[in-house]
Amino acid sequence: MGIGTAMKTLSLVLGLILSAPLLGGSALATDANDPEREARWQEISAYIFGDRKVEPTDSLIKIEAPKRAMDAALVPITLTMADKGNVKSVYLLIDDNPSPFAAHFTFGPAADPGELKLRVRIDAYTNVHAVVETKDGKLFQTVAFVKASGGCSAPMGVSDEEAMKGMGDMKMKFAGDAQGGGPLAATLMVRHPNFNGMQMNLTTRSVRPARYINKIIVSYGDSDVVTIDGDISIATDPVFNFSFVPAGAGPMKVVVSDTEGGHWEQSFTTTALSN
Amino acid sequence: MPAHADGGVGRSGRDERRFLPTRRELVLGGLCLCCLPTLAHAAESFTMEEVGPGIFIRRGPHEEATPENNDGIANIGFIVGRDGVLVTDSGGSLADGQWLRTEIVKRTDKPIRHVVLTHGHPDHCFGATAFAADGPAFIGHHRLRALLDARGEFYRTRLADILGREKAGSAVYPTQEVKDGAEIDLGDRTLRFTAHGAAHTTSDLSMLDARTGILFPADLLFVTRVPSLDGSLLGWLKEADKLAALGVARAVPGHGPAIVDFAPALADLTRYLSTLRDETRKAVADGVAIEEASQTVGESERGNWALFDDYNERNVTEAYKELEWE
Repeated sequence: MGIGTAMKTLSLVLGLILSAPLLGGSALATDANDPEREARWQEISAYIFGDRKVEPTDSLIKIEAPKRAMDAALVPITLTMADKGNVKSVYLLIDDNPSPFAAHFTFGPAADPGELKLRVRIDAYTNVHAVVETKDGKLFQTVAFVKASGGCSAPMGVSDEEAMKGMGDMKMKFAGDAQGGGPLAATLMVRHPNFNGMQMNLTTRSVRPARYINKIIVSYGDSDVVTIDGDISIATDPVFNFSFVPAGAGPMKVVVSDTEGGHWEQSFTTTALSN
Repeated sequence: MPAHADGGVGRSGRDERRFLPTRRELVLGGLCLCCLPTLAHAAESFTMEEVGPGIFIRRGPHEEATPENNDGIANIGFIVGRDGVLVTDSGGSLADGQWLRTEIVKRTDKPIRHVVLTHGHPDHCFGATAFAADGPAFIGHHRLRALLDARGEFYRTRLADILGREKAGSAVYPTQEVKDGAEIDLGDRTLRFTAHGAAHTTSDLSMLDARTGILFPADLLFVTRVPSLDGSLLGWLKEADKLAALGVARAVPGHGPAIVDFAPALADLTRYLSTLRDETRKAVADGVAIEEASQTVGESERGNWALFDDYNERNVTEAYKELEWE
């Protein structure tokens, strides 16, 4: 968990440092292979991974994202990992968001890390990078270009009070054959406004202070499934899809915490499957 | 979220960097735009239609906000009573509101006493700035203030990006808030207001002209332009039922012809919303992901609505977010 904390600190520093070059008009370039975008990626990669080599891959990890997002505050992303037996963790980085680090998924022994889905905010036309860390510690990245804008500063349209109603409520859906012993697909939904510190309140002439989920720990019985370190790019009312192998009796336990000390726990049983 | 029939200035589609405005810009946006000269000429092609005695409506085109249309894309207009004029809605920008004000003073010298803010989307309410100097009561839903707090500045910036800051206008807060219902007497005609639960938005206000029986549902009724969902899908269907129960014959929709037969127009809207509800529910139940659902839900309605491709996908996303928690 030390890694996660370090990661967040890095990501905030990164946000501050890397925002400046974007002020120029050249950032409006829409070519995913623009040299400036590549330079930015190199900078992000160096901040997050240090000296570790991050090699491009066409197969080990893939990103599915809309080319043009209809709702920049809710951009669905699907990540697929071909060699799922050799996946230790997965990073999602949104290069031109104010804080590029979006999420880090660390898989445990009960995970089936072939596919992940999440919903993010995207603030500007940007490259989105997904990085897979293999069990032997190698890093491989792939990139997608997404046209969306305003997703971070997009207001929610309700009062803070209303946005925080039911905060921490969770819902879990399972799909697959529970009796067969094969992997089950899980959809985890958490009520949380994930205030990112950029949404403007006109009355107070100020932004709402950031308050977002920064860690979700999912386990099954005594085994870890996945630990998610999140940041301000995760959409309101986060939803994650992942798969796991339900060995033993369970239950699935989810522990959610946010940056203001919010802490919520809930357990789910896989017996009542939705289909 | 949004951006829906909000004058097309919502959350996607353009590639501007957005920054927090300076204090000076906020002051300009909040106070002084009403003093600037009219720059609207493009709106000259618009015309007013008298849809009932003393009721004048400008039909908005089925377009998104452009520098050419000044975001004048909603149906807006005014009602002349014995003691004064009531404006509903005020227009999609300061420039659009100024155009409307010119049309009013061409027809009557009575004072403009009331400006209705039917909801918070800029294509309906950003013209209100043009009437500030008349000192009217600004009538709005009791939850409109919260919506404008959250979104007013965002809308203003996006609209200014499209039209230029001097034409955009800004959010005006209601001075007379409607909690459940309210009445306004113009001397020889009474207007009855209803504040609705979350539906098209979280701040929808409808109005009935008791004299003619004409209903002004604003954006609770879209006709021929695809509805945009920014409040609650289930709530909208519920409020549509309540409006149907009024049994009125004619209505001025927020988008579409200046006046329509109410029952068939509402039935079209309800059919679209019910399709959205039923197919999204099925997608959620079948484990169809939100991005897949947004490509498939509502396809049977494609031929029935203008701007379908601009809004349907986002409507499905909104519906999915609401229904996945059922």
